[in-house]
Amino acid sequence: MTALRQTWQVSLRGVRALIRQPGYLGITLTQPIIWLLLFGALFKAVTRIPGFHGGSYINFLTPGIVVMLAISSAGWTGMGIIEDINGGIMDRLLVTPVWRGALNAGSVLYAVITIVIQTTVIVLLAWALGADYKGGVGGVLLLVVLAGLLGAAFASLSNGLAVLTRQRETLIGAVTAVILPLTFLSSALMPQSLVPDWIRTVAKFNPVNWAVEAGRSAAMQNIDWGLVGSRFGLLAALTVLCAIFATRAFTSYQRSL
Amino acid sequence: MEVAIDANELVKIYSPDVRALDGLSLSVEAGTIFGLLGPNGAGKSTAVRVLTTLTQPNSGSARVAGIDILADPVGVRRTIGVVGQKHGADPEATGRENLVLQGEFHGIAGAPLRERIADSLERLGLADAADRQAKTYSGGMQRRLDVAMGLLHRPQVLFLDEPTTGLDPEPRAEMWREIERLTGEEHMTILLTTHYLEEADRLASQLAIVDRGRIVVQGPPEQLKSDLQGDRIQVELADSQDTGARTALERVSDLTDIKLEGRTLRARARDGGAAIPAVLAALDAHGVKATSVTLARPSLEDVYLQHAGRAFHRADNNHEGAA
Repeated sequence: MTALRQTWQVSLRGVRALIRQPGYLGITLTQPIIWLLLFGALFKAVTRIPGFHGGSYINFLTPGIVVMLAISSAGWTGMGIIEDINGGIMDRLLVTPVWRGALNAGSVLYAVITIVIQTTVIVLLAWALGADYKGGVGGVLLLVVLAGLLGAAFASLSNGLAVLTRQRETLIGAVTAVILPLTFLSSALMPQSLVPDWIRTVAKFNPVNWAVEAGRSAAMQNIDWGLVGSRFGLLAALTVLCAIFATRAFTSYQRSL
Repeated sequence: MEVAIDANELVKIYSPDVRALDGLSLSVEAGTIFGLLGPNGAGKSTAVRVLTTLTQPNSGSARVAGIDILADPVGVRRTIGVVGQKHGADPEATGRENLVLQGEFHGIAGAPLRERIADSLERLGLADAADRQAKTYSGGMQRRLDVAMGLLHRPQVLFLDEPTTGLDPEPRAEMWREIERLTGEEHMTILLTTHYLEEADRLASQLAIVDRGRIVVQGPPEQLKSDLQGDRIQVELADSQDTGARTALERVSDLTDIKLEGRTLRARARDGGAAIPAVLAALDAHGVKATSVTLARPSLEDVYLQHAGRAFHRADNNHEGAA
């Protein structure tokens, strides 16, 4: 109970900042909107390649963009931790008896809240652009939940990395180095039937691909419960592992002070 | 005597050549203000970081309020309050929001927390600014918010790490009054680090001078000063490189510790008043012109000079590294 209250208090810092400056959310949305429009136009011809079974490209692309948005948004979560460390706030928090897990979980919860709002906007925008959600409202909700889950895992990784390196540059480097390869090694932009074998193999172990395939199945197609359930389980396990890593990172940070 | 902080031979090594703490031991009586005085980089802040469980020592042991810092760090965190060197408040949150977070982190919630926050805002003169973001506060107000956060859960032992650094004289005096009130009315134990001699002299009932990670001398400020035995005589010379001046003073009996730095000649005398005519006569006999002679009771500056082997402000400027 106390742990939950403390987690919420940590999230509240971010939530309040969001309420005070909602315009910030608009800025973070420009990139995914550009992706949606740009990739939508750029890869339109993909649908004409024999072997593409995705219907219209916007239908195919939307879950990919939603997941891409989730990981890139979550990747920056650790920046707040670095700011807290540099500003002296972290030291003050660490000399209280607060549960260390709350420091990570609270920040992850805030990241997920942001991701849910951002992805909802993108889903609605894609709908306006002609996306046809076969899975209905429930399917779209599942897509958003899967993206949030993947985002939670990445937010923990980002926090752990931030606490261990304490350097903005390292975090920026890691986020930019990871997002594009993980996206291209998944079916976010291109169906698995059209990519080389080795990419298909790598994609099986790529959490981004788990979220994209399960999310696409739920929102855009006749839902494959086996696929969605197994990928949801994998993502949940990954989220827990990443949270443990980040919480341990706080303890090791304290030892290194 | 009841011991609130007890540290034994603490060692903290940051890298093979940076021994921030090099066998630091201290003992603080409950309900008193203990001052750790030293230049930047002497190890004061590292001592606070270790005692507040923010970091662990490489060797040595310590108890705070009777709780072992290594065996039960969470227990220590429950009983201590910390006001760090940097502002610890979230600048984006209001004063009240900062205090709520602090209270919740100490397991206080609901109506008791609200009442406590209202009290504390009132007492530290922040009631009117409670719902403004902390980044809009003046330096003095931010410092008071830091103190409010450090005190909210009513700690037994309060650590104040350079609480008045960067404050103007007015808010500094205010902070001093608040610190005195805490030990007076609330019987709190306070460990205060400072590099202001005046601050240590005014507030601390026990004082330890830290230099290069160790305590070089410890005692009540008055005793440290009286141990120096005698008064300080300071002569300003008309010419800077007047070496005859030193020779002249060496002839005067009862003078010790004669030091010439630029145009300033310093010496100590058991009875300064009686020594002055002899000093002036000796200078005159050697043809040395003095522009002024002053006599002072020993200050902590002299204590520091005596034990650390160099003038305080010089050590402060030359010393860098892990604070």
